[in-house]
Order: sequence, then structure tokens, then C-alpha cells
Amino acid sequence: MVTRVSRPSDIHFLPAHEIRKMLDSRDLSSAELARSTLARIAEVDEELNAVLKTIEDGALAMADEADMRLRGSGPEPGPLTGIPVLVKDNMSTAGTETTAASKILSGYVPPFDAEVVSRLKDAGAVIVGKGNLDEFAMGSSNEHSAFGHVNNPWDTSRVPGGSSGGAAAAVAAGECAAALGSDTGGSIRQPAALCGVVGMKPTYGLVSRYGLIAFASSLDQIGPITRDVRDCADVLNAIASHDSKDSTSVAAPFEDFGEKLSNDLDGMRLGVPQEYLVEGIEPGVRSAFEESLEVLRSLGATIEETSLPLTDQALAVYYIIAPSEASANLSRYDGVKYGSAADDGLNAAEFSQHTRGEMFGDEVKRRILIGTYALSAGYYDAYYKKAQQVRTLIRQEFTEAFTRFDALVTPTSPSIAFKTGARMNDPLQMYLADVCTIPVNIAGLPGISVPAGFSEEMPVGLQVIGPQFGDPTVLQVAHAYEQATDWHRTHPPI
Amino acid sequence: MESLTDDEVRYVARLANLHLTDEEVGKYRDQLTGILAHVQSLQEIDTSGVEPTGHATESTTVLRGDASEQPLEREEVLGNAPAVSGEFIRVRAVLD
Repeated sequence: MVTRVSRPSDIHFLPAHEIRKMLDSRDLSSAELARSTLARIAEVDEELNAVLKTIEDGALAMADEADMRLRGSGPEPGPLTGIPVLVKDNMSTAGTETTAASKILSGYVPPFDAEVVSRLKDAGAVIVGKGNLDEFAMGSSNEHSAFGHVNNPWDTSRVPGGSSGGAAAAVAAGECAAALGSDTGGSIRQPAALCGVVGMKPTYGLVSRYGLIAFASSLDQIGPITRDVRDCADVLNAIASHDSKDSTSVAAPFEDFGEKLSNDLDGMRLGVPQEYLVEGIEPGVRSAFEESLEVLRSLGATIEETSLPLTDQALAVYYIIAPSEASANLSRYDGVKYGSAADDGLNAAEFSQHTRGEMFGDEVKRRILIGTYALSAGYYDAYYKKAQQVRTLIRQEFTEAFTRFDALVTPTSPSIAFKTGARMNDPLQMYLADVCTIPVNIAGLPGISVPAGFSEEMPVGLQVIGPQFGDPTVLQVAHAYEQATDWHRTHPPI
Repeated sequence: MESLTDDEVRYVARLANLHLTDEEVGKYRDQLTGILAHVQSLQEIDTSGVEPTGHATESTTVLRGDASEQPLEREEVLGNAPAVSGEFIRVRAVLD
């Protein structure tokens, strides 16, 4: 097993819980850490473009407040107190421009915080900036940002994955200790895998979507991108809640996301759905995955092949449901209430058509058109309703599998990070990047990606999928695997 | 499945309140045709009697307490509008 050189003394690459110990022992203050994190962003982000905006004054003020809490005044400090966090730029930050990487929201300054942002602030986290993304979170490579693509810190000629590409690249490159992403079809897990960090989409509903700029409401879910699984559980504990401002949010039926974290998997029954290993998987990804199965076995898990025959159909279901919901959600952008507008001299109808035509990017227009077509008179039953019915069958298939298995394990992505530009002219090929992650959103399940080795010197991710509200089990499997390997301690040469 | 026509793309764009250039119409005609052909595979699945899923998790409607809350200030809301006139958002004339 290859173990890369790591520089554990460099605070920018430490997991948050280790940084937190340094803050506790007064080896470091949160203010020093915030300044050094902002300096790190200034140093490396010209090359990466992972951070759309830093929040310097706000971060330093939050860091001072965190230092007070750490010294015993104010509310009891928690695991995130004083920790620098980046928030994907589709989550509203009061007083700080929030664009979802779209020209149509250029200049938009939300008057309120997203619920997750309020909860991070309550936890004492230091929000250092906003992460780049594919416009409105639509994409798998972060090439669809109106403000420039993001480069992968392991090889800057490659994409970081998407749509939370900025958040994943920033965690990998030491520009923050943790980040929040959003995941509609893999947008947390796929970039986490391609950048060599941990990313988790919790069970649908566990994290409030209030203040998240909506893409596909029945699939969207916010989650953490972190350096290790312990940090992932800590961030989830801070952000998960029932929220009266999001009617789809639910209280977790467990106390602590990290309640099952341990170093062995005795008696754990893991299934490997064969459909995730066939078409198009790169040999290097497959062999890294097979090695990770050996590690899981050595920890006491039983591993059995299984079959989820509808896996192939999940992509088709997704590419009807997600654009349909997006076409409705994005109808609010008309140049009247907020954001940017077309030039004057047009009547009311032309004005909003031109605003949308000029301000939306190529992928967003493509999805609005697919969704509008699928929802239009005469096609609704054949597309949207049909997709929702197959969605039911996919859910049932997972439910049946979880009567036999505690969790499923798969590769997170069939390929390593591809070269920037390689798939830009072929939307279908781009969509296939999410083939292993999409079924999890369709069924509302928890899924995590943990670093699981390298192929062609680029990171590969292992995905663990659990039943609804099986989030602690998913974290348990990921944690035991991680602790038995060194992959999470490697970092890019940037 | 047959290829979409330019007129169908223009019709859908009008429904979506989206202005497209002629060049875009041609590009999206071809790409949408490809994507719609890909999702045709769903038609082969027997879904007779299957209930559609709107949301993947069970949820029931919960009503919050009937208590008043502080709304946003008018200035904060107007501050984001591209065109404002006094206390109002300015829009284009709908009727000539």
C-alpha cells in the first residue's frame, strides 16, 4: 500500500478535531488560525479558483468571539468553535453576496442567513468565505461556474468534480478545515472522491434547506466536506435539525451522528451491488475498490455480492426529475426582484426572456428546457410521472437490500478526475460521472465518500450507502475503514 | 424516438420564459434529442399500479404555532431589486 509523505505539523492539513486540541491547549488562537487560513487562500487560490469570495472582517470578528468562548466567556465551546469553514456559494449568507455561481444573481446580497449558516455561527465556526460551484449546482466538474472553473489541487489540469468542486478543492488544499456542500445527485460525494477528502450526503430531511438556493427540492441536501470522518460527524451534529422554516426537515432519530464510530466492523454485513462495477469503470478505480473490500473484510465485516437491477435507470429518473424541479425553482429569476437584469428598452415579456437568456449559462438553460419539456402538456405522464413511479421501484429495491445488509459499498465515481474541457461538449458523458451517486438521492439515503487510494496518482473514493436514518452506521463503516488506512492523511503537493 | 424540431425547441423555450438565439435553438435541439432518447429506457419498465414518489422520506404536514414573527425590513428587500421607485420595485409596463 502506498503511503504518501505527509506534513502533520502543517496546521492547514490537520483535521478540525486535532486543530481544536491545539486551540484548547492555547498553542494556537482562533484569530491566528483565521489570519493564517486567509493567507493560505491568498497564496494558493489564484491557481485553484476554489473560493469565490473571502469574508475577511467577518471571519476575524468570529475568530475573536471564538477565542472568548474558548477562554470561558459566553456559551460553552463545541467541536467547531474557532474552526475555519468554507460555505458553498448557494447557501445564503446575510450581508455577503451569494451568487450560486450565476450571473443572474450577481450582486445579490441576502438579507438573512441560511439555517445551516446560523447553526455554524452558533457552534462558533469561523466562516472564511464562499466556495465556487457549478452554476446553481448543476454540473459534475465545476466547469459550469459563471466565475471561472476550479482546478483540482492534485493536478491543476484536471477538474475537481462538481458541483461542490470549490468546497472539496479548498478542503484538500488547506484553504479551510471543513466546508459545507450540497448534494442533489452526487455533488458532495463525487468532488470529495476526486479531491481525496471526506464528503457526506445525510438522509434527506436531516439538514434544513432553508436559505439553500433551490435546484431540485426533492433531492437537494446539504452536508459536510471534511478531512476525516470524525470531523464529518462533528459538522453534521452542528448543522442537522428539524427547522420550522423547512417543512421537509425532520429531527434525527438518534442523539449523535458519531455514536457508532469505532475501529472494528465485527458482524457488519456489507453488500456490493454488481451494477456499480460494470460499464465504464476505470481499471485503477476498480482495483482500488477491490483493495478496500479486503481492508473492510480484515476489520470483521462480511462482504457479499448483491444486485440492484434498476441502478441503470436511476440516471434516467434523475435527468427527468431534477430538471423538472429545477425549471420550476428557477422560474423566479426574472430580473425584477433581485440579481442582474437585461438592458432597458424591452417590454415586460421580452425583458424577462432576455434577462434569463443572457444571464443563465449553457447547462442551466439545457436543464430548464429538458424540465419544461418533461412537464409540458401531453408529456407529463410519459416523463415526470413515469420517473416518479420508477423512483418508487428504486426505493423498494434499496429497502429490500437493507433487509439483508447493514450498508452497501461501491466506488464513488467510475473514473478519476478528468481533464478540464474533456467532457464539456458531451452533456450525456458528463452526466455519467454521477452514475454511482445518483441512486442515493433518488431514494433519499445517506451516503459518504472516503479517500480509498490512488489511480494514476489521482485520488479515488469509496462510497458507503445506508438505509434512511442509518447515518451513524454509514459513518461507522467509513470511520473504521479510514482508521485502518493512511489515505486521509495524504494531501496534494500544492 | 424522432428528433425534436426547431419549432418544438422554440415552443418549450417560450414556455420556459427563455430567449434563445438561432444558434442555441440548433444546439439544444440536438442535445435534447439525445438526452430524451437516453431517458426513453424508462418506458420499458412496467409501472402499472405503482404509486409515484414525490419525496423519498415519509413526511406529514406540520403546522407551526400561530405566532407573529418579525418580517424583513422593506429597505433590505428593496436593496436587491435592480430597479426601484420609492417604496416599490419598478417593473416594465405590462399593458401598452
